[in-house]
Amino acid sequence: MNLLEKLDAAAAARKALLPDGVGAFGIPIEEVYSATEARIGDRRVLLLGTNNYLGLTFAPECIRAAHEAIDKEGTGTTGSRMANGSYFGHRALEREFADFYQCSSSIVFTTGYQANLGTISGLVGPGDTVLIDGDSHASIYDGCILSGADIIRFKHNDMADMEKRLRRLGDRVETTLIIAEGIYSMLGDQAPLAEIVKLKNTYGGTLLLDEAHSLGVLGETGQGLVEKTGLLQEVDFITGTFSKSLCSIGGYCVSNHPQLEQLRYVSHPYIFTASPSPATIASTRAALELLRKGSHLRKQLWRNCTQLYAQLKEAGYTLGPDPGPVIAAMLDTPQQALLLWQNLLEHNIYVNLILPPAAPEGKSLVRCSVNAAHTTEQIQYVGDTFAKLHSLVCE
Amino acid sequence: MTESNYDEIMTLLCDRLSSLTNSNVQITSETNLISQLSIDSIKLLNLIMEIEDTFDVSIPINALTDIQTVRELADLVHKIKSAS
Repeated sequence: MNLLEKLDAAAAARKALLPDGVGAFGIPIEEVYSATEARIGDRRVLLLGTNNYLGLTFAPECIRAAHEAIDKEGTGTTGSRMANGSYFGHRALEREFADFYQCSSSIVFTTGYQANLGTISGLVGPGDTVLIDGDSHASIYDGCILSGADIIRFKHNDMADMEKRLRRLGDRVETTLIIAEGIYSMLGDQAPLAEIVKLKNTYGGTLLLDEAHSLGVLGETGQGLVEKTGLLQEVDFITGTFSKSLCSIGGYCVSNHPQLEQLRYVSHPYIFTASPSPATIASTRAALELLRKGSHLRKQLWRNCTQLYAQLKEAGYTLGPDPGPVIAAMLDTPQQALLLWQNLLEHNIYVNLILPPAAPEGKSLVRCSVNAAHTTEQIQYVGDTFAKLHSLVCE
Repeated sequence: MTESNYDEIMTLLCDRLSSLTNSNVQITSETNLISQLSIDSIKLLNLIMEIEDTFDVSIPINALTDIQTVRELADLVHKIKSAS
């Protein structure tokens, strides 16, 4: 089979799951009306499949900051952070992230994906080990692969399995990076951080926590799981993204280890790419300020999460273990998930469809992402529609 | 790690592969996991976890990319077990 035939085979496998005309992946959004509504085809739909957790995509402060940055500094930096791409805003945002996490060092990356790629591949290399949760995001897997380190997985959130693997490492634990996530993107559940920290302190190792989905969502000021659990000082490196609660694109890593600064000289995903545009940086800085003051947004978000989780549970869907902004209905077959996804769209609700092998344990997921801008009525309508479709899909 | 341990690994692998695949293919050390047994990545990872617990080792998932045959998998497990 040549290279192109391999792609044809992959396309055939995709078509077997998704018949022609079903555009579940990369669906064209024609117009965006607000943080909660858009047009798909000729439908005005409710957006329940975005990562806009605090609902800040149209925040006037962020839009104004982005406009001003374009006027003052142009549309792009056209260069790497290593060369001409470190403007005042990039450096200011790094200081603001360090201040937010009370850390000494912070690095801004061009995407959240690159934040994990760049941090992991900068910290570990061939001969080292990464110990990662089996449900880790692709950016973590890819960062580990890029590093050349040995990749060992523990069963998702299974602390007995993690301990077993730490024990087996023996002296190698000294050069081991343990990686977990604040909120996991597939089922929306949280890492048992207190237990992870306890194991790390017993066996050794360095701990990286990815707060991509938990930034802005967990903790009084929105730092994430580290704040909710009071374990900020126990985590060595924190990564995250701007493309969820901060409503732009980019990523960060913060740490109290001064060695983080060295990543600027060894991390290819940091060096060999253009830096974020001035508008991106400006809107992110404005959003970070709103996030820090946004306890009212978090309260509204959690009201919405709790309401929808309860409605879906009541309707009989199998969900992840924790209520949160990511609420995934687990279906046994891709056909069931596709049927639910299509029917939700016909009821003017857009959610995410996740099919094997992307979903854990061979399941298929219809995943909702709730945000603070959803009204109680919108959430009620989504919950009612899921309930109405349960018998069609699951019986 | 002795020869008998290696045999133990090979026997376990053949037994488990036989029940995992439900195929009529006679599993030998040279059986190809992908082309002959059609083992998908999820099944392979589940099998690996079982082997890891049986022999109390951790097998890096990136070491699996070069594995084609039952013998290569047994060699890998044997090598890791011997080093532990």
